[in-house]
Amino acid sequence: MQSLVTILVLAPLVAAIIAGLFGRRIGNVASQAVTTGALILSCALGWYTFSQWTWGHMEAFTVNLLPFIHVGNFVSNWSVRIDALSCVMLIVVTTVSALVHIYSWGYMAEDDSKPRFFAYLSLFTFAMLALVTAADFMQLFFGWEGVGLASYLLIGFWFRKSTASAAAIKAFVVNRVGDFGFALGIMTTYWAFGSIQFAEIFPQIASGAARTWQFAGHTFPLVDIACFLLFIGAMGKSAQFFLHTWLPDAMEGPTPVSALIHAATMVTAGVYMLCLLSPMFEYAPVAKNIVTVIGAITALFAATVGLTQNDIKRVIAYSTCSQLGYMFFAAGVGAYQAAMFHLFTHAFFKALLFLGAGSVIHGMHHEQDMRKYGGLAKLLPWTFGAMTVGTIAITGLGLPPLHLGFAGFYSKDTIIEAAYAAGTHNGVAMFAWVIGVLVAGLTSFYSWRLAFFTFNGQARWGHDDHHAHDAHGHDAHAHDDHGAAHETHDEPLPDAHDDHGHGHDHQPHESPWVMRFPLIVLSIGAIFAGLVFTDFFVGHHQQEFWRGAIFNAPTNHVLHEAHEVAEWVKWSPLIASIIGLLIAVYVYLLKGNERLGQKLADRQGPLYVFFYNKWFFDELYAATFVRAAKFLGDLFWKGGDQKLIDGFGPDGVSAVSYEVGRRTGKLQSGYLYHYAFVMLLGVAGLLTFALYAFR
Amino acid sequence: MTGLLSLTTFAPLVGVVLLLGARALHGDSARTDALAKWIALATTLVTFALSVVLVAQFDAKNPGFQFVEDFNWFAGLHYRMGVDGISILFVLLTTFLLPICIIAGWKSVEKRVVEYLICFLVLETLVIGVFCALDLILFYLFFEGGLVPMFLIIGIWGGKRRVYAAYKFFLYTLLGSVLMLAAILSMIAIAHTSSIPALMSFKFAPWLQTWLWLAFFASFAVKMPMWPVHTWLPDAHVEAPTAGSVILAGILLKLGGYGFMRFSLPMFPNASELFQPLVFAMSAIAIVYTSLVAFRQTDIKKLIAYSSVAHMGFVTMGIFSGNTAGEQGALFQMLSHGLISGALFLCVGVVYDRMHTREIAFYGGLTNRMPWYAAVFMLFTMGNVGLPGTSGFVGEILTMTGTYKASTWTALFAATGVIFSAMYALTLYRRVMFGEIVNPELKTITDLDKREILIFAPLIIGTLVLGVYPNLVFNLTASSVDGLVGAWRAAVGG
Repeated sequence: MQSLVTILVLAPLVAAIIAGLFGRRIGNVASQAVTTGALILSCALGWYTFSQWTWGHMEAFTVNLLPFIHVGNFVSNWSVRIDALSCVMLIVVTTVSALVHIYSWGYMAEDDSKPRFFAYLSLFTFAMLALVTAADFMQLFFGWEGVGLASYLLIGFWFRKSTASAAAIKAFVVNRVGDFGFALGIMTTYWAFGSIQFAEIFPQIASGAARTWQFAGHTFPLVDIACFLLFIGAMGKSAQFFLHTWLPDAMEGPTPVSALIHAATMVTAGVYMLCLLSPMFEYAPVAKNIVTVIGAITALFAATVGLTQNDIKRVIAYSTCSQLGYMFFAAGVGAYQAAMFHLFTHAFFKALLFLGAGSVIHGMHHEQDMRKYGGLAKLLPWTFGAMTVGTIAITGLGLPPLHLGFAGFYSKDTIIEAAYAAGTHNGVAMFAWVIGVLVAGLTSFYSWRLAFFTFNGQARWGHDDHHAHDAHGHDAHAHDDHGAAHETHDEPLPDAHDDHGHGHDHQPHESPWVMRFPLIVLSIGAIFAGLVFTDFFVGHHQQEFWRGAIFNAPTNHVLHEAHEVAEWVKWSPLIASIIGLLIAVYVYLLKGNERLGQKLADRQGPLYVFFYNKWFFDELYAATFVRAAKFLGDLFWKGGDQKLIDGFGPDGVSAVSYEVGRRTGKLQSGYLYHYAFVMLLGVAGLLTFALYAFR
Repeated sequence: MTGLLSLTTFAPLVGVVLLLGARALHGDSARTDALAKWIALATTLVTFALSVVLVAQFDAKNPGFQFVEDFNWFAGLHYRMGVDGISILFVLLTTFLLPICIIAGWKSVEKRVVEYLICFLVLETLVIGVFCALDLILFYLFFEGGLVPMFLIIGIWGGKRRVYAAYKFFLYTLLGSVLMLAAILSMIAIAHTSSIPALMSFKFAPWLQTWLWLAFFASFAVKMPMWPVHTWLPDAHVEAPTAGSVILAGILLKLGGYGFMRFSLPMFPNASELFQPLVFAMSAIAIVYTSLVAFRQTDIKKLIAYSSVAHMGFVTMGIFSGNTAGEQGALFQMLSHGLISGALFLCVGVVYDRMHTREIAFYGGLTNRMPWYAAVFMLFTMGNVGLPGTSGFVGEILTMTGTYKASTWTALFAATGVIFSAMYALTLYRRVMFGEIVNPELKTITDLDKREILIFAPLIIGTLVLGVYPNLVFNLTASSVDGLVGAWRAAVGG
C-alpha cells in the first residue's frame, strides 16, 4: 500500500517531466499518452485506496519519503499522508484530472504546443496531490504554492494574448496575498506549539486553547489568531470575498483548465485546509465566525454577479466562487463533513458544467458570449444532456420526503440545515442560513438562465450576428475596462483556425467522443455521488468513515442537529431553488419573452450596473493598491534613492571629487589609485600598530 | 589534511602564473586569448574539485574550526586559516560560481582578455581567503584586497557609465573600510591578539562592544548592502559585465552577511542585541522599499539588482534574530541567492549579448523564439519569487520564522515581500517574454546555445536540489550554527 500511494503521487510528476522536457522530441501523441496514462494509473490507484478506506479495513498511515527541512524542531518531511480526508481528495483530484486529460485530446487538438499543455496539467496534478497528502505545514505550503504556479502557467498558457498573461499575474499575486497570511499563520503555530507536524500540533491544541499570543503589538487568543492568519491563505486560494478577484479572470485559460483547477480541485484547497485543521478551528470560535461571515458574503456576492454576466465561463466561475462560499460557511459553523461533502459533489457537477461549456465553446467556434448562443439543444444533444444534468445537480433539485435527488441536493441541503441548526445558538450562523437559502434561489436562476440562454429559444448565432455586436457595444460603456475583464474571449488558436474566429458561418457541431466520454462519466457522478456517499460523509456512518480525520469539539453536535431540523427548513432551499427556476423560465424560456432579459439589462438599473461590474472590486483595487504601489515605487526610487540618498551621499561628494579626477585626467584608474593608496596606508598603519601591540 | 585549505585558496594564483606565462610565450594574440580562457577554466575547475575534497573531508559534527593552519609570519603576526560549517559553505559557493563566470565571459569579453581572467582568478583567491582567514589582519587584507579586482572589472570591462559606478562603489566601501580598520586596531590593542577564535571568546566590555559593533556594521552594511547604503549596487550591477554581476551578487554581497555571523554576533553579542531593532527596521524597510522600487524599473539588470537588496534584507534580519531558524535561514538564503541571482544576471546576459540593450521595453514575446530560454528564465524567476521547491523558498521561510520569534512586526513587514517579489518578478517576465514579438529586431533572435545551456545546467540543478533537499546544507552547518546561537544566547542571557 505504501508504494502504491507513492506511485500515485509521483506518477504525474514523472509524466510532466517527460512531456515538458522531451515533448518536442517524442512528439504530441507520445506526450499526451504518457501524461494521460499516468493520470489514469493514478486515478485507478486513487479509487483503490479510497475503496480500501471506505469498505476495507485500511488504517490511516504516513509514508516518509525524504527529509525536507530539518532545522531544530522545525522539521518537515516529504511524505504521503493517507487518511479519510486525503482519500476523498485523491479520488476527486485524480478522477477529474484524468477526465480533463482525456477531454483535452479533443479540446486542444488544434493547439500548437500540446506537450507543454499536458505537462502543465500533470504538474498541477502532482502539486495538488502533494498538497492533499502533506503531513506537515511545509509540504502543505509546497503543494499550495505549487498548484498556484501551475495555475499561473495554465491561465497564461496562451502567452501571446495580453489579457491571459495579465490574468495569470493577477492570480499569482492575489494568491500571494493569501499566502502572506498563511505563512504568518504557520509561524504562529510553530512558535506556539514547537512543531509544524500536524500529528504533533493537534494533540496540544485543547490545552493551548486558553493561551494568549502577542502579534504585531496586540494580544490575541492564540488559536484564534493562528487560525485567522491561516484562513487568509484559504481565502486567497479559494477566491473568497476580498481575495476573489483573480478567479473570474482566470477564465482566460483554456476551458479544461478552468474545469480542473478553477472549479473542481485547486480552489477547493482552502476548504480542504479548514477541514484538515479542524482540530485547530474547533478551538477558535472567533476565527470560525469570521470564516462563516466571509463564506456567506462570498456566496451572496458571487451569485449576484453571476446573475448578470454574459460570458458562459464567467457565469460558471462566479457560480464556483459562490459554491465555495457555501463550503466555507459550512466549515465555519462546524459542519466540516458537510463542507467536504459539498466539495466532493461539487467537483463532479462543476467540472461537468465547465467541460460542457467547453464543449459548447468548441462547437460554437470559440464564441463565449451567451447572447450569441441559443437553440443549441438539437445540434449538441450530448452536451445539452450533460449540462442539464449538471444544472439539476447544482440547483439541488430533489425530493426531501424521499431523500432522493441529484448530487447537489444532498450536500447543499446538509450545509443549509447545519447552518440553521448552528444558528439556533449562534447569530452568525443564522445569518449564513438566511444567505444560504437566498443564494440557493439565485443559483437556480443563473444556472437555468445559462442553460436556457444556450440551448433553448431562437438561435442568435449566424444571421443576427450583427445585432449581438450592437448589444455588446452598448453594454461596454457601463464597464470601465482595465484590460482584465472582457465580454468575449476568443481563445486564440493557431493560424489554421483563424477562419473560424469571426464569421460564425459554420454550423455549430457536437464535440467528438473523446470529449463526450468525460461528460458522460461526470454526469453519472453528478447524479449519483450524493445518493451513494451521503451516508458516509454526513450520515449515520460518518464517524466510521472519517475516523478522526475531521475533529468535532465535544460541544459540537451540529451535524447531528442538522438532521433534526424542522421540516420547513429542509424544504426551504428547494422552494428557493424552484422560485429561481420559475423566474428563469419566465424570463428566458416563455415564448414572446425572449427579449425580456436583454431589455432588463438595457435598462441599466443601478443594481444591475453594480452586479454587472462585479461590485466594482477591480476598479477599487486598481485605484488603491495598484496605484499606491506604483506611486510609492516611484517615490522611493526617484525621491528616496536618487534625490535623498545619492544627492547627499556619493553624488554630493562626487561634485568635489569629480573636479579632482578631471584635472588628473585619468578617471578610469584615478579612483583605483586613491583606493589603493588608502588601503596601503591602512595596511601600513595596521602593521605598525600590531607590531607595537604584540611587542 | 593540513595545507589543503591554503592549496584551495591559492590554487587560482597558479592559474595567474600560467596566464602570464602564456602571454609571455605568445604575446598579445587571439591565440593567447583562446588559450588563456582554457587555462582559467581549468584552474577554476581544479579549485572547485579541491573545495569538494575539502567538504568531503569536513567533519560536520565538529562545531569548531577545521583544517586549521597557523604559523608565525614575523613579530607576532600569524598566518591563521581554518573553516567551520558556516565558512565552508561560502568557499564552496565561490569555487562553484567561478567556472560559470569564466564560461559566461567566453565570447562577450573581447578586450584585454588575459587581464580580465587574471582579475577573476585573483578575486577568487582573495574571496576564499576572506572566508578562511582566522586572523583579523589577514582577514582585513583579503577583505579589502578583494574589492580591487571587482573595482577593476567594473571600471575597465563595464558599460558606458562604468566610471560613475566604480566611483560610487569605491566611495561607499571606503567609508566602511576606514571605520572597520579603526575597530580592528582597537580590538587588537585591547585583547592583545588578532586571532579570530580567541577574539570570539574574548569578552569586550558592553560599551566598547557598541562602538566596535557600529564600526564593523558600517563596513558590512555597505557590503550587504542594507538600506540606505544600497544605492551603489544597482549602478555597479548595471555597469558590470555579466560575469562581474554574477560574482558581485553571488559572492561579494555575502561578505557582509558572513562578517555579521563571524564578528558582530559572536564578538559583540550584547551590542548585537542592543542594535537588533535597528537591524530589523533597516531590513524591513529594505524589503518593502526596494521591492517597490524594483517594481518601477525599466532596466532589467537594475530590477534584479534591487530585488537583490530586498533578498538581503531577509538575510540581515535572519542573522540578528539570534535563533537557529533565523541563522540557518540566513545562511541558506545567502547560498540560494548566490545561485538564483547569479543565474538571473546570466539570463540578462543572454539577451544583452544578442541585442546589446537591457531596456525592458525593447523586448517582448521572446518565448515565441526562445522556448528553452523561457523555461530557464521562468525557473529562476520562480526561485527569485521564493516558490517552494526552489532554494529561494527555504531561506525566506526560515528567516521569517526566526524573525517572527524576535519581532512579529518585522516578520509581518518582511512577509509582504513575498507579495511584492511576485509583483515585480512576474511583471518583468511578462514584459520580456510574453506577448507577440513586436520589435522587428527580435524576429531573428536565437535560443540558448550549447555553451549557455552548460552555464545554466549546474545552477538549475543546484536551485532544485537545494529546494527539495535543503538538508544537504543544514547537515553541514547545523553544529556550527548551534554553537553560534548557543554562545549568543549565553552571552545575552536569552
